[in-house]
Amino acid sequence: MKNKGTIFTNVQLSDGTTTNITVSGEMISYVGKDIDSSLDVVDCSGLIALSGFVDLHTHLREPGFEQSETILTGSRAAAKGGFTCVHPMANTNPVADNSAVVEQVFALGHSAGYVQVQPIGAVTANLEGKNLADLGKMNASAAKVNVFSDDGKCVSDSLVMRRALEYVKAFDGVIAQHAQDPQLTVNAQMNESALSLKLGLTGWPAVAEEAIIARDVLLTEEVGSRLHVCHVSTKGSVEVIRWAKSRGINVTAEVTPHHLILTEDLVSSYNPIYKVNPPLRSQEDVLALRMAVADGTIDIVATDHAPHTADNKDCEWGEAAFGMIGLETAAAIVKTTLIDSGLINWSRFEELLSANPASISRINNQGQKIEQGSFANIVFFDPKSEFVVDAATESKSSNNPYIGMKLSGSVVHTLFRGAFTVKDSQVQEIGNTNAH
Amino acid sequence: MKHLLSAGDLSFDETLEILNLSLEMQGVNSRDVKKLPALNGRTVANLFFEDSTRTRFSFEIAAKRLSADVVNFTAKGSSVSKGESLKDTVLTLEAMGIEALIVRHHHSGAANTIAQANWSKATVINAGDGTHQHPTQALTDALTIRQSLKGLTDNGDLKGIRVLIVGDILHSRVARSNIDLLKTLGAYVALAGPATLLPSSATLLADAIYHNLDEALASGFDVVMMLRMQMERMNSSFVPNAIEYSTLWGLSAERFSGLSSSTLIMHPGPMNRGLEISSEAADSAQSRIVAQVANGVAVRMAVLYKLLAQESGAK
Repeated sequence: MKNKGTIFTNVQLSDGTTTNITVSGEMISYVGKDIDSSLDVVDCSGLIALSGFVDLHTHLREPGFEQSETILTGSRAAAKGGFTCVHPMANTNPVADNSAVVEQVFALGHSAGYVQVQPIGAVTANLEGKNLADLGKMNASAAKVNVFSDDGKCVSDSLVMRRALEYVKAFDGVIAQHAQDPQLTVNAQMNESALSLKLGLTGWPAVAEEAIIARDVLLTEEVGSRLHVCHVSTKGSVEVIRWAKSRGINVTAEVTPHHLILTEDLVSSYNPIYKVNPPLRSQEDVLALRMAVADGTIDIVATDHAPHTADNKDCEWGEAAFGMIGLETAAAIVKTTLIDSGLINWSRFEELLSANPASISRINNQGQKIEQGSFANIVFFDPKSEFVVDAATESKSSNNPYIGMKLSGSVVHTLFRGAFTVKDSQVQEIGNTNAH
Repeated sequence: MKHLLSAGDLSFDETLEILNLSLEMQGVNSRDVKKLPALNGRTVANLFFEDSTRTRFSFEIAAKRLSADVVNFTAKGSSVSKGESLKDTVLTLEAMGIEALIVRHHHSGAANTIAQANWSKATVINAGDGTHQHPTQALTDALTIRQSLKGLTDNGDLKGIRVLIVGDILHSRVARSNIDLLKTLGAYVALAGPATLLPSSATLLADAIYHNLDEALASGFDVVMMLRMQMERMNSSFVPNAIEYSTLWGLSAERFSGLSSSTLIMHPGPMNRGLEISSEAADSAQSRIVAQVANGVAVRMAVLYKLLAQESGAK
C-alpha cells in the first residue's frame, strides 16, 4: 500500500483553495478533490501546504566548526523549520573556495538526508578578498554551485567585486554580498545610534551597509551581471535597492527573521545573545524592512542561522561571537510579523521562503508549485498554532534569542522528496542509505 | 540595590544617600585613626583588567578603611594573559568566597555581564567599563561640586547648576556617568567637543551640545570639566593633531582667564598638561582636581558601606 502513496486531505494551498495532495515516491502525483481510498490518508484539515522552504543563507559550520553545528544537526533543524533545501555559507575551515570542499559538503548533506544541501562557494580564495576562488570549477562540480559569497566578510575591493560579477556571468552565477564597509566598521559592536553612544559600544553605521550596496548595484549594472544582497538591515539600504530595481538592475535582496522582529533596544542588557552582524537596528528600520518585503523590494527571507557554542556567548559582549540560530523559528516569525499584520498573503509568504530563493540559486527541483509532476517538497503549516518559544532545538547550539517570545504558526509535517522528515512536529529518524 | 553598574541606575534618593554617607566618611578620613569596623571579616576583590593606579588605590584604601580584607587581581601577571576567560576568573573568585567584585574592564558592559550572568553571587561595583560608565567617578565629581560651589546646601541636590563637559565625549565613561548623575541631581549639562568625538545623537543625552569651545564658555558655566584626550585618537582621524586640538579645545591660560572667578575647573585625571588643560587652569584656586581625588576615597567608602554593610546586612 505504501508504495502507492499517501494522500494529504483537506489542505489549503497558498492561493486559498482547499484540496487533496497525493504523493507517490518522490513526486506529487495528483492534486485535486478525487480520493483514491486505497492510499494512506493524512488528514490535514486546518493546515496550509506550502512548497518546501529554501534557505539561501545558512551556516552549518562543517567542516571545521563541528562543535557548533554539523551538516546533520543543521539539516535536522532545517527540516524542523520546514526547509527542504539550505545553502550553507562558505566560511568553514577549510573555506569552501574549491570544488573539493563544496562536493564534500554536498555529499554530507545528501548522506544526512533531511534537506537538499546546496553549498555556497566563496567569492575569493580563503575569503581574503584578493584573488577569485575557483568559481568556475565549483560551478562545474557535482555540487553545481551557482551562488558565491564571502559572507561574514564583505568583498570590499571594488575591482575584485567587479571582476567577480563579470566572471560568474558565464554560468549565470550570482554574487551574494555581505555589504559592510570594513573601514567604517572597525571593531563595530552594535547599530550606531544614540543607544550605542549611551552604552559605549562602537557603532556600526547604516551607511557602511548602504554605501557598499550603492556601489555594488552600479557595478552590477555596468557589467550586466546578477547581485544578491545578503541580510539587508537598514531603511536606507531598502531605498537604494528600490532605486536599483526601478532602473532595471538585476539585484535581489534578503532580510533575516531577526531583522524583522528584534531591535537594538535589546542590546541594553549587554546580553551577547543579541550580538549579530549586521546588528539589530531601530524600530524604524524594522518597519521599513517589513514594508520592503510587502512591496517586493526585498525578495526573500533567509535565516543567517549562525550557531555558536555556549562559551562564545557566555562572556562579555566585546568577546562574544556574532550570530544567532534561526532555522526553526523563521517561518513563525515571518507569519507573526507579516501575515498577522496583514502585510502579505500566503502566496507571497511562499515566494519569500521557497520560490524566490530557489530561483536566485537557479535550482529547479526546489521552490516548485504544489502541482502534479513537482517534487514532493512540502511543508504542512498550522497557521493557528500559538506558542512560546522554548530552548529545545535540533541545532547543536542554543544561541536562540527568541526564547520566551510568543509566536504564531508552526510546522506540522515536512516532506522532503516524498519522505517525512518531520511528522506531527517531530523530526523523523532517517538515513539516506543510498548515500553510503 | 545590590550592584553599582551605572550612574544612570541610581535614583535621586539613592544618589543623595550616597553623597550624604560620603560626608560621614570624610569625617572618618579626617581623624587620626581612619578606620571603621563596618566590613570587618568581609572580603572584596579589586578585579582590574585594565591599567589603573588611582582608581584601584582609591578603592583599596576605601575598603581597608572599612576594615574589609582586600585582594587585588590585575590582568597583568595573572592567568588572564594566558587566556583565562572572564567567566573562569569570576568563578574562581566566587569559589574563594569573595563578597564584592570591584571591576575595571576594557569592554563596555563587562560589569553588567558579571552581575547578570550566573557566575557569582557577589556584589559588583563598576570601576570603569570600556567607554561605558564609571559611576564612582561621577559620584565623586557631584560631591566635589556640591562642596565647592557657594550657595549649595551640604546635603542637597544640584538643581540649576550649569556644567560643561569638554573633549572626547565619544570615548569617555566619565562623561557618560557624569551626564547621568548630574542630570539626576537636577543640573544643566552641556557638552562641547569636535563632531567626531561628540556625535549629534548626544543631543538626546545632554541639555546642549557645542562644537566650538569659546562659544560654549561664553554662555557661562558654574563648572567646566575637561576630559583626558588620548593621543591614539590623533592616529585614527578623530582630530588632526595635538596642536590643533589644544588650540581649539584646550583650556588655555587665555580661555581660563576669561572665565568667571567662581567657575570650578575639574578633570578626572590623569591630565595631559598643555594638551586639554593648561597648568594655569589646573593649578588655580578654582581647580578642584586634587579635591576630586581626595573625595574619591570617601565616595568609594560610602558605596562599599551602602552595598555591603547596609544592603546585605538588612537581608
